[in-house]
Amino acid sequence: MSDVLTIRGLTVDYPVRSGLLTSRKHRAVTDVDLTISAGQTVALVGESGSGKTSVARAIVGLAPISAGSIALSDQLLDRRGSRRLRQIRRTVQMVFQQPGGSLDPRMSVADTLEEPLHYLMHLNSRAIRARVSELLGLVGLGQQHLTRRPRELSGGQRQRVAIARAIAISPSLVICDEPTSSLDVSVQAQIINLLSRLQQELHLAYLFISHDLGVVRQIADVTAVMHLGRIVETGPTERVLDAPRDDYTRALLSAVPSIEREASAMTDTAKSISAGE
Amino acid sequence: MAVMLDARGLRVEVGPAHARRDVVRDVSVLLYRGEIVALVGETGSGKTMTALSLLRLLPQGARGEAKTLRLGDVDIAALSEADMGHIRGSRISMIFQDPLAALNPVRTVGFQIVEPLRAHRRMKAGDTKKRAAALLAQVGIPDPAYNAKRYPHELSGGMRQRVLIAAALACDPEILLADEPTTALDVTIQAQILRLIRAETERRGLAVLLVTHDLAVASTIADRIQVMYGGTIVERGKTRDVLREPNHPYTKGLLDSVPTVRRKLTPLRAIPGSPEGVAAIRQGCRFAPRCAYAIDRCVVEEPPLVEVAPDHESRCWVFAPPKGGT
Ligand SMILES: Nc1ncnc2c1ncn2[C@@H]1O[C@H](COP(=O)(O)OP(=O)(O)O)[C@@H](O)[C@H]1O
Ligand SMILES: Nc1ncnc2c1ncn2[C@@H]1O[C@H](COP(=O)(O)OP(=O)(O)O)[C@@H](O)[C@H]1O
Ligand code: SF4
Ligand SMILES: [Mg+2]
Ligand SMILES: [Mg+2]
Repeated sequence: MSDVLTIRGLTVDYPVRSGLLTSRKHRAVTDVDLTISAGQTVALVGESGSGKTSVARAIVGLAPISAGSIALSDQLLDRRGSRRLRQIRRTVQMVFQQPGGSLDPRMSVADTLEEPLHYLMHLNSRAIRARVSELLGLVGLGQQHLTRRPRELSGGQRQRVAIARAIAISPSLVICDEPTSSLDVSVQAQIINLLSRLQQELHLAYLFISHDLGVVRQIADVTAVMHLGRIVETGPTERVLDAPRDDYTRALLSAVPSIEREASAMTDTAKSISAGE
Repeated sequence: MAVMLDARGLRVEVGPAHARRDVVRDVSVLLYRGEIVALVGETGSGKTMTALSLLRLLPQGARGEAKTLRLGDVDIAALSEADMGHIRGSRISMIFQDPLAALNPVRTVGFQIVEPLRAHRRMKAGDTKKRAAALLAQVGIPDPAYNAKRYPHELSGGMRQRVLIAAALACDPEILLADEPTTALDVTIQAQILRLIRAETERRGLAVLLVTHDLAVASTIADRIQVMYGGTIVERGKTRDVLREPNHPYTKGLLDSVPTVRRKLTPLRAIPGSPEGVAAIRQGCRFAPRCAYAIDRCVVEEPPLVEVAPDHESRCWVFAPPKGGT
């Protein structure tokens, strides 16, 4: 399988202004290695401040990289410059936590979806219209949503729009940074199911960032656990969650509240509740 | 068992006169000594409004009423605002999701946690200092004498929540209302705070109402669960019964939506639609548009809360039909 993302020895330092002339550095990510194959989901889990978002931002060129390399589809990225940015935007897209995420409050759903098709794919207006309605269908929205603005949509619908925009240009990698963290649990389940289905249909790879190990169990093939800027453990999700090797992973797992239900109580009736999204 | 707080027939209305809507309907809350009741539900289900109505502390524009609202043998509903003020913070305390917003940024945490003692018990400065350190120690803050002198922004989120709990417990209240106290915290810190609340509940014989959107949190800490949807209680009972034998379609849907860390379930059995639409529904079962079992009656008439097993009630025409079939 080909790799869509290869990170080696990534280190991110933020400048911290401490005095008028002196400047210190705050190390947010230390020596991180990560590989994602085509069509695969790799989860980056850890508590707040562990450096997850900084890894994501480094991949898309938004965080200062002080050491290491990032290759997209075996193509080593230029360290800086506009070529690098264009290269990235054609292959990697991001979905953020809602609200406050990536949607412009003034833009309608139609405008939001048309923009990348116009600027990155250079499609003509007929092709754009066709692609937009295809995207709506893919994420379970309808034509009636096209004229709406973010505030006229529910949290789940906003996240569907953000996902539609992310997949518009057929990227090979979508970085999802806490995509369901502010959603209600019944809606979170819809979005997780949607992401899983899109992955199968479109052969997407995901870097899935989350602090919720339950969500990670459902969606990730591989799980990497971050703590204080470092990856302390990586492996197949089942192995990491069922037989953690690192002390920190074990501590994290033991803190996760879990609902005790008998197998028989997995409700028969509920089985017929729509399994849809 | 001793009922410490007995609230029945709670109702809260919001909005201007021409567009009133009830965001809490026919809710009751019974809290017993040494027990934790979890009020569980998604955004906008009316959990916070329910908790605030118990304190008679509803926001501007909201109007509350209650058939019964008693704290021990005191009829809270009949108290003057001044007398109610004495009860708040001394006999009933509340803690919130965001401890930073609840704390004064320019006062030390030591000063703030004994504020209720000065206000309600007229304690003197010398005594409060010692008491502040003792309270901080009780909620697990290391080096309490030193930390009492620090300001809220100098502490971590978990420490701040401990400070709020210390302040809430300063006057030895009978009732603790906790509104999403761990929602802003990481899971390892959440586990510590939940353990602290559980331990204090048992040690002091507190009666606790824990408001949470997280069924897993409720399942680990609560003796009883009340599930809210669209402003009313749709199911309630002992935690074990509600989790193992859920009756209401919403409870079942919620249980099936929670991704468990134990095993992979995908696709998750999601509930279609969104709870955000519920505010627009003014009659019938508020869950009807999302319910796979809805019958005609569901959209016109709200079902009553019916006992489906001892100490276990549900509000559903199909799964909990009223006895005698009204
Ligand atoms: N723009 C920034 N400038 C300075 N420090 C930052 C910046 N963004 C994040 N940090 C710091 O880097 C660390 C990692 O943050 P982040 O990557 O956001 O973690 P996570 O996403 O796991 O919560 C934290 O200590 C955070 O305060
Ligand atoms: N200050 C307010 N004025 C008017 N309506 C409000 C106010 N606060 C909350 N509401 C409405 O009351 C309903 C219940 O809200 P709330 O009790 O905060 O729900 P929860 O805590 O379960 O998320 C929601 O529909 C919300 O929009
Ligand atoms: S009353 Fe009707 S709509 Fe409401 S939960 Fe029961 S079956 Fe569903
Ligand atoms: Mg982050
Ligand atoms: Mg609330």
